[in-house]
Amino acid sequence: MKKSVIAGVIFVCALPAIAQQGNAENGKKLFIADGCYQCHGLQGQGGSSAPVGSYGARLAPPKLPVAAVRAYIRHPGGGMPPYTAKVLSDAQIDDIYAFLKTIPAPRPVKDIPLLNP
Amino acid sequence: MAMAAAVPALSAAEPDPPQEPAAKAEVLTTERPGADFMIDVFKSLGFEYVCANPGSAFRGIQESVVNYGGNSKPEFITCCHEESSVAMGHGYFKVEGKPMLVFAHGTVGLQHASMAIYNAFCDRVPVFIVLGNNLNAATRRSQVDWVHSVQDAPSLVRDFTKFDDSPVSLEQFAESSVRAYKVAMTAPSAPVVLVADAELSETPIEGRRDLKVPRLTAASPPAGDPAAVAELAGMLMEAQNPVIVAGRYARTQAAMAHLVELAELLQAPVVDQGMRMNFPSRHPLNLSGNAGALIRNADLILGLEVPDFYGLVNSISGQLEYSSHLVTKAKLASISAGDRLAKSNYQDFQRYQAFDLDIAADGEATLPSLVEAVKHRMNGDRKRAFEARGAKVAEQHAAMLAKARLDASYAWDASPVSVARLCSEVWAQIRNEDWCLASASTVFVSNWPLRLWDFDKPYRHIGGAGGAGMGYGAPAAVGAALANKKHGRLTVNIQTDGDLMYAPGVLWTAAHHRIPLLTIMHNNRAYHQEMMEVQIAANQHNRGIDRARIGTSIDDPNIDYAKLAQSMGMMGIGPIHKPEDLAPAIRRGIETVKRGEPVLIDVVTQPR
Repeated sequence: MKKSVIAGVIFVCALPAIAQQGNAENGKKLFIADGCYQCHGLQGQGGSSAPVGSYGARLAPPKLPVAAVRAYIRHPGGGMPPYTAKVLSDAQIDDIYAFLKTIPAPRPVKDIPLLNP
Repeated sequence: MAMAAAVPALSAAEPDPPQEPAAKAEVLTTERPGADFMIDVFKSLGFEYVCANPGSAFRGIQESVVNYGGNSKPEFITCCHEESSVAMGHGYFKVEGKPMLVFAHGTVGLQHASMAIYNAFCDRVPVFIVLGNNLNAATRRSQVDWVHSVQDAPSLVRDFTKFDDSPVSLEQFAESSVRAYKVAMTAPSAPVVLVADAELSETPIEGRRDLKVPRLTAASPPAGDPAAVAELAGMLMEAQNPVIVAGRYARTQAAMAHLVELAELLQAPVVDQGMRMNFPSRHPLNLSGNAGALIRNADLILGLEVPDFYGLVNSISGQLEYSSHLVTKAKLASISAGDRLAKSNYQDFQRYQAFDLDIAADGEATLPSLVEAVKHRMNGDRKRAFEARGAKVAEQHAAMLAKARLDASYAWDASPVSVARLCSEVWAQIRNEDWCLASASTVFVSNWPLRLWDFDKPYRHIGGAGGAGMGYGAPAAVGAALANKKHGRLTVNIQTDGDLMYAPGVLWTAAHHRIPLLTIMHNNRAYHQEMMEVQIAANQHNRGIDRARIGTSIDDPNIDYAKLAQSMGMMGIGPIHKPEDLAPAIRRGIETVKRGEPVLIDVVTQPR
C-alpha cells in the first residue's frame, strides 16, 4: 500500500515535466493542419473498426510514451503514412503529444444512458 | 386519267398497267401503338415502378405507361438524373428482392446511368434497363434525333451488364424481355439492358392478334454439387477453429436463417462483411469486429460469396512499395458464383486466391444442402465440443460489444458531433420501430451501426454500392425507402455530404412521390476518403500534408443541407452542431416521416 502511494506521487510529479516537452496549443493546431484528425478524430478518439476498413487508432489520452509515438510516426505500420522529420519535426510531435494529453478521459460508459440499453 | 390515255393499248393477255395510287389521307393518329404491347410485357413481369428521367427517345413507352398502363405497375417515378434512376433500382432490389424497371435514352441517358450500372454489376444486383433509340435513320425527325441515336446502344455498358438485346420486332421484344428478366434474376444477378426502338414503339399494332408474352419461368440458382458439399461438411466437422465469412451471400430473405442454422450447428464464429444483411449483429456467434484475429487463428475459413478472398487472408502493405503476405495457415474453402460472371475489362474480380475447396455455386442456394450434410455428420461428441467452442465465441461477442460501447464513449460530448454519438442517438430513436438502415456503407461512419445496433432482420441493412462509386447512397436510400413504403417500415439513411452532391435532385423525387425517408446528414464537409488518399500521397512524396484539403474539402462556403432539402419541398432541420440537439431533432423528423413525408436533418460531424 505504502509503495503504491509513493509510486503514485512519483507519477503525478512526473506529469508536468512531460507536459513541458510540448506546447499543447500549438499541438492542437498541428493536429488539425497536419491531418491527424482525419483518421483519428478531432479528439483523438479513433477511427474505423473491422470488418471493413480498420484504421485510425485511438490516440487520446495517450498510452504510449512520447518517444514511442515519435518512433511510430517515423516508421508506421499498416496504412498510416510516414511523417518524416522534414514534414513534422520532433518538437511538433511533442506539441501534438502535449495536446493529446490535455484531452480528458471520457465519462464512464455506465454514466452514458444511450450506451447502456 | 391523262396517264392512262398516253399508254398504248395492251393485249388481253397482258396484265393491267400500273395505276397511279389514289390520293390517300395522311394517318395522324393511332390508338394502339407498339408501346402499348411493350407495357403489356412489363406488366406481365410484375414491375411495380419505372424510374426515369423523361427522354424523347422513349416518349412512346413513357406515354403508354401513364395512359395505356394507367400509371400503375409500373408507376412512373420521376428522377432528375439517370444515375439516380438506376441507383434507386439498386436500393429497391436490396429490400424488395425484385428488379426495378428503368428507362433511359440510349445515348445521353445511358451515359449518365453508366456509373450506377457499374455499381449494380459489381454488387450483383439486377436492374432492368430499357433504352430508347431510333435505329432507322430514315425516320429521325430532327438533329436531336440523330445525336440521340446509336447503332449499338448497349455496347456502352456491355462490359458490366449480363445480357442485352436490341429487338427489331414486338415478338422479339417480348421474348427478349422475359429472357432478360430471367437472366438478371438468376444468380449471379446483374443488370440487363433492352432497347425499345422508337419506330417499333410508335408504329401502330392494330390488327395484330398474334402478339403474345412468353411465360416467365424462374430458374433455380446454381447449387454446389453434392460431392463437394459433402467434402466441405467433413472439413467443417473436423476443424478446430473454423470461421465463416459472409460477403455478398444473402440474396433473399431466407438466407439469414440458413446461415444462422449452419453457424449454430457448428457453433462457429461468423464475420459479416457488411455487403448484405447476412447475419444478426447481436447473435452470440457474430464476431465481425474481431475479423483480423479470427482469420489469423483459424484452421478453416469458409467464404460465402466473398468477392475479395485474397484481401481477406492476406495483409497488403499500405506503404510506398507494394507487398503482401498470407496471414493465416487455415485451409480455405469458398462457395461463390463469382466466376460464373467473370468479365475481362473491368477488374472487379479481384486478385486470384487459391483454395483447398472451391465450389462455383450460389452461396445461398448451396447452404441448405450444406446444413443437411453437417447434420448428417453430427454426433454427441462433436456437439459437446462445438458447444464448448460456442460458449467461448459468445464470451468474445459480449466483450466485443462492451468494447464498442467503451470506444463510443470517447468524444461523446464533442462538437462537431462524433459519428459514434450520431449513430447512438439515431439508434435510440428507431430501435423500437420496424426500421431499415438504407445507408450506402457503414464504413463512412466507422461501422458504428454494425457495432452498436441490433440488426436482426433481413431488411435491416442494404449494404454498399459494390463498385465504390460515389453518388449511390442518396438514390439507393430513396429506392430502398420506396420498397419499404408499402411495408410501413421506417427507413433511415445516414447520408454523406459528398455523395449527396452528385445528384441531390433525388431529394425532390422523394418529396414529389411522398417517399417516407429520414435522411441524416453525416456532414463532415469533405470528400473525406479522398482527403486521406491525398494525405497518403503527400506523405509518401515527403511534402507534408497541410495542403491535402485542396480539392477535397466541401467548405467555403459550407453547404446548408437543411435549406437544400427545403428547396426540394421536404422538411429540413439543422445544421446541428451540438450532440444534445440531436435527439429532439430526430424525434421530430421521425414524426413527419411516419406521416409519409421525407425529412432531412443536417448534422455537422467529425470526419469518421
